[in-house]
Amino acid sequence: MFYKIDSRDTVLSKKLDKFFRGLANAFQFVKRFFQEVWRPPYEFREVLRQCYEIGYRSLPLISLTGFIIGIVFTNQSRPSLAEFGATSWLPALISIAVVRALGPLVTALISAGKVGSSIGAEIGSMKVTEQIDAMEVSAINPFKYLVVTRTLATTFMIPVLMMYTDFVALMGSFINVNQNELVSLSTFFIQVFESISFLDIFSSVIKSLIFGFTIGIVGCYKGYNSSKGTEGVGQAANAAVVMSMFLIFIEELLVMQIVNAIRYA
Amino acid sequence: MRKIENEKVVEIRGLYKSFDDNHVLRGVDLDLYKGENLVVLGKSGTGKSVLIKILVGLLTPDKGEVKIFGKNALGLPIKELNQLRLRIGFSFQASALYDSMTVRENLEFPLVRNVKNISRKEVDRRVEELLEAVALPKTVNQMPSELSGGQKKRIGIARTLILYPEIMLYDEPTAGLDPVTCIEINNLINQVQEQFNTSSIVITHDLACAKQTGDRMAVLINGQFTAVGSFTDVFEGAEDPQVKAFYDYNFIK
Repeated sequence: MFYKIDSRDTVLSKKLDKFFRGLANAFQFVKRFFQEVWRPPYEFREVLRQCYEIGYRSLPLISLTGFIIGIVFTNQSRPSLAEFGATSWLPALISIAVVRALGPLVTALISAGKVGSSIGAEIGSMKVTEQIDAMEVSAINPFKYLVVTRTLATTFMIPVLMMYTDFVALMGSFINVNQNELVSLSTFFIQVFESISFLDIFSSVIKSLIFGFTIGIVGCYKGYNSSKGTEGVGQAANAAVVMSMFLIFIEELLVMQIVNAIRYA
Repeated sequence: MRKIENEKVVEIRGLYKSFDDNHVLRGVDLDLYKGENLVVLGKSGTGKSVLIKILVGLLTPDKGEVKIFGKNALGLPIKELNQLRLRIGFSFQASALYDSMTVRENLEFPLVRNVKNISRKEVDRRVEELLEAVALPKTVNQMPSELSGGQKKRIGIARTLILYPEIMLYDEPTAGLDPVTCIEINNLINQVQEQFNTSSIVITHDLACAKQTGDRMAVLINGQFTAVGSFTDVFEGAEDPQVKAFYDYNFIK
């Protein structure tokens, strides 16, 4: 008795084949990054240029989002604390929420949309217009010049942006607390720093480094492997955002579990 | 009349290349002699561009042998391949200028990255020389988006020449250009050959371009060269129906 192969099996096997090939390609891409990053020539100027581009490009949106999150989160938390007469705990609550989770996550998600998509589109358009091939035939390593520099820049800049988001969100929160509870700036920030620990800051920096690397490498991978002309450029930009966000949430969950295990060990 | 030497700079033997079920090259043999302009003709999708992309290592053939300057050019380690690439210039169909760089930066980019300790003066001298050669010295600070199609082609050729290559590969140099600009580009190809003493392979399906620039023609049909020789030999006495059709359907006849 033989099992008869029908068209559904073929479709499934092709999808599985495509999935595992994609996974293997992505793994090879990440592996190549770690091989190339140590090898000279080091593209310091291009890394600095990318750091400036990434930081500068994201600053207005991150400022606005961080500030509004600080105000809104404070406003929404107040009624619950007020029920127990504990509104004086607002700075502590906000600082823990912002430093531990909201700051890194919001920064990463905004950067995935803003920076990840632009990296995907830029490298994708370079790919379809043969600019990457032009580098190769001129004996220039395009992977090093395009992928390594951009991934390093996002890895360095997301933690910096995260700290900035934390500060702006806390300032937003302070304005709200100051208006309602008449708390001074020094009192607010004393409470903020009393409630957070070194582990909170350290874990959020590590998390941001991971998020930054993810945004950079995914954007580059999607752009570098784009095809089908201009349509492919749009797809690369879109896929870079979707994949980065998906991975950021998974990484957030994993890092949170590890940090909690350390915290309560 | 050009001085063509008997020395082969490129030798291709039994080259095969397929993309899934599409067998593009089926045992291609071809030689390029020092100082000649060889034109590879054929309909779109016949594998003309694939052939020159194999020469610079952008694509890997399934089977066959490629010798450049007498040395095997396939399967080279990246360092040796890059050394070889510095001696070959590749002009892309769509120019492939770097969008984010000015014309000057486009020209400097391959130079400063490949020639160690090159002085600023020498970089400027070469940029000026090449922009003069392509008759576009005033575009030096312009962005590629500010250039016309013909200007982009010229700057693309200038960027390719900045490393003084010995072999030039032109991928569809006149594609998408008006007839007047086509003639200007054809003249530029001839001028480059004379001024920089290069050997060239010109990929095209434009017979006017072929006639104006080529010392020899090679017609690629069904993955093989069906006719190789001078323009007159290949087209005017053509017996192969496909070569004849290719000639007849072009605007010349």
